[in-house]
Amino acid sequence: MSKTTKKIEANLKKRYAKEKRFRAYGVVSLLISFAFLAVLLVTIFSKGLPAFQQTYIKLDIELNEKILGINKDSDEDALFSASYSKVVKNSLKEMFPGIKGRKQKRALKNLVSKSAAYDLRDKVLEKPTLLGTTQSYWFLAKDDVDVFMKGNIDRTLPESDRRIKDYQLAWIDKLMDEGRLEKRFNTVLFTEGDSREPEQAGMRGAIVGSLLTMLVTILLSFPIGVATAAYLEEFAPQNNRWVDLIEININNLAAVPSIVFGLLGLAVYINIFGVPRSTPLLGGLVLTLMTLPTIIIASRAAIKSVPPSIKEAAIGLGASRMQVLFQHTLPLAMPGILTGTIIGMAQALGETAPLLMIGMVAFVSDIPTGIFDPSTVMPVQIYLWSDSPERAFTERTSAAIMILLGFLVLMNVIAIVLRKKFEKKW
Amino acid sequence: MSVQTILITLFALLIFSFFIGRKRSIAVSTPVGKTGGRRNLHSRPHYYGYMVAIWAGIPALLILALWTSFNSSIISSLTVSGLSDSLQSQSKDAIGLMMNEVKNLAESGNIAAESDPVLRNAASHYQRLQGISTLAKTVIVLVVSLLGMLIGWRLISPKMRARNKVETVVRWAMILCSSIAILATVGIVFSVLFESVHFFKAVPPSDFLFGTTWSPQTALREDQVGSSGSFGAIPLFVGTLLISAIALIIAVPLGLMSAIYLSEYAGKRFRSVAKPVLEILAGIPTVVYGFFAALTVAPFIRHWGEAIGLSVASESALAAGLVMGIMIIPFVSSLSDDVLSAVPQSMRDASYGMGATKSETIRQVIIPAALPGIVGGVLLAASRAIGETMIVVMAAGLSAKLTINPLEAVTTVTVQIVTILTGDQEFDSPKTLAAFALALGLFVITLLLNYVALHIIRKYREQYE
Repeated sequence: MSKTTKKIEANLKKRYAKEKRFRAYGVVSLLISFAFLAVLLVTIFSKGLPAFQQTYIKLDIELNEKILGINKDSDEDALFSASYSKVVKNSLKEMFPGIKGRKQKRALKNLVSKSAAYDLRDKVLEKPTLLGTTQSYWFLAKDDVDVFMKGNIDRTLPESDRRIKDYQLAWIDKLMDEGRLEKRFNTVLFTEGDSREPEQAGMRGAIVGSLLTMLVTILLSFPIGVATAAYLEEFAPQNNRWVDLIEININNLAAVPSIVFGLLGLAVYINIFGVPRSTPLLGGLVLTLMTLPTIIIASRAAIKSVPPSIKEAAIGLGASRMQVLFQHTLPLAMPGILTGTIIGMAQALGETAPLLMIGMVAFVSDIPTGIFDPSTVMPVQIYLWSDSPERAFTERTSAAIMILLGFLVLMNVIAIVLRKKFEKKW
Repeated sequence: MSVQTILITLFALLIFSFFIGRKRSIAVSTPVGKTGGRRNLHSRPHYYGYMVAIWAGIPALLILALWTSFNSSIISSLTVSGLSDSLQSQSKDAIGLMMNEVKNLAESGNIAAESDPVLRNAASHYQRLQGISTLAKTVIVLVVSLLGMLIGWRLISPKMRARNKVETVVRWAMILCSSIAILATVGIVFSVLFESVHFFKAVPPSDFLFGTTWSPQTALREDQVGSSGSFGAIPLFVGTLLISAIALIIAVPLGLMSAIYLSEYAGKRFRSVAKPVLEILAGIPTVVYGFFAALTVAPFIRHWGEAIGLSVASESALAAGLVMGIMIIPFVSSLSDDVLSAVPQSMRDASYGMGATKSETIRQVIIPAALPGIVGGVLLAASRAIGETMIVVMAAGLSAKLTINPLEAVTTVTVQIVTILTGDQEFDSPKTLAAFALALGLFVITLLLNYVALHIIRKYREQYE
């Protein structure tokens, strides 16, 4: 063996070790990235899952006509405005007699959500003959009770550190012994709008708001995006100043931070055109500009991938260029265009920052019914809830995130299926 | 009729005009007593239908759009001019305030309940004008539509080149659509620049660019303490850079190494699974990252920092930066993946032929060759980090502190824009306008970064093509 070969061989082990190390760096960085993703998802899911259950409390309500001041012959207005919270309170008092002091009295009332009175009112309105009888109903429990029932309050802590005091614990224990506390599937989360009371707060308003906003966005951005892409790919003259300007500006739009679009919405849409604030219409107008680049870029790629032979064959048979576009190119490019559109929509669905500027952070408890109603959207609802101090809202925030992620997964699955099913290799 | 009903009626009219146009084209081309006249037509019958629909639709829609967008301002000014002279000579704000009251009153539908006779009169005046306007709009739009339909219908003849006409209209519509990108950019520049100019009239640009204290509260009363309003943007930009730097320190090595492993080492099957999983990180909404940062990462860092005796702010820059870093890992990795795979195979083969190991090839041949592209990708990621909003809004602080200690709370440009502009805005106070000046800065910086990055990447690609 020559001297050089020896030297190289001596070095070889070191070099191989280095090779292994380098490879390991790659694996480790991938693993770290995956670990981040896993931690993120596990945290959200473990926090959010309990929110899909809600504690209910069973009360025996005496629908005392005297206390309510109404009877079954009263007109609807009287039935509507009677003080149902009083009978709910009385029912609690009966169950736990001998409560002294204002603090404890208030605590007793706060076992049950304020929505109990409204539930009761709806039941009586539906069936006035209930008046004068005693009925047992399940009502939403107050958020503190709910948090306790989910094991998030440690009863071994000293009383002063707990949100639930000893006497409240005794009540809850007694209710549990009697089978009057129960965790059920949380339908409120899907059927109600936002509320200041955690146990009454639901996502329905935000979901409907998001859908309306997405509707406006897709109705505007899809035709505009596809028309732009088709023009740029099929008709635009080469080396034309105007066309170059369009291309530069599409790239600009893709690069601008999303928050700047919010300022555009504020200064141009609201202040100049007078588009009503906080509405899905306004949100959709702002998000349209943000999704346009995504749709245009995807559509251009899809249109470009349609083989020229098909277009030339159509032209050879006497079709005009517009006919080629609408009858051949666009239908063939449609799967790619739709995939791009869905991905753009998914981005828009998760977008928050620009919507904060245009008033979609307002507290809206009503479910929007049209694109001119004030509303909020899912990501903004998440932001709002994450800002609320109540412990129960943390849980709801995570649940809201799970719902939002569910929508996003659904959209992406549709995009993938579309791509897989219609993908053509020419 | 409301705008919605008018639109629905118009739509019905359009469908109707399409059908009568098509029918008419066949009728005029068929000699009496024969069939198959459509072969005498220049275009196929449905093009005549489209043409009539265009005549019926476009002028009417234009009028409707113009009317709707100028309706409220014209009616407001008409209502104001109906007020007595003494009221009209009030300041602009007072009139605006009063008009708001008038509008609310008119829309509440209960004018009689108002006690102030001036407001009552103005509101009923406003309501009357509104009624006239709506009626006139409905009538004019529908009449124009019908007239257009008639014109289109009369134009139909066998020699009429309907297809060419329709195609020209479609083509112009396409050009119009593609020009929206330009309009949007102009709108952004205009809105940001316009308000910024107002801001710089109140606050000199040098104070904004080189000042080191940021406290945008301006005094409501003359004698208020400590709220003189100072607009030095340096702490904000330093805070933004600090958080972005932390994010890049995390994302660049992780993203780059992941990309190298995926493109050079990983097998096809592993790659087809790992790449989409990595991309999930880019698909998660930023508000989710913000929640994660504020609720999990920040307390975690604080806990461990205190365990080793460091004082960590509960809204530390580190937490926000760390989570932002996670978010931009896929940007770095997919961009680097692109540039790595653009390096020609011949360079790799040459290196192997000389006896280099794979890692030596990567480090000494591929990365140097791909470096411009990688730098471009990092710049793109940086512009993303600088413009990121939700993570910092939820996890970074509000107080503008000039520091580069990652354990302290800093604030960023985007956080300040959001805090200033969420809720009520007054477009005459420097505080609100400051947000626009900040946005201008943000806009310019991200645009420059993007421009440079794309330029580098394009240059680099050309090198190997």
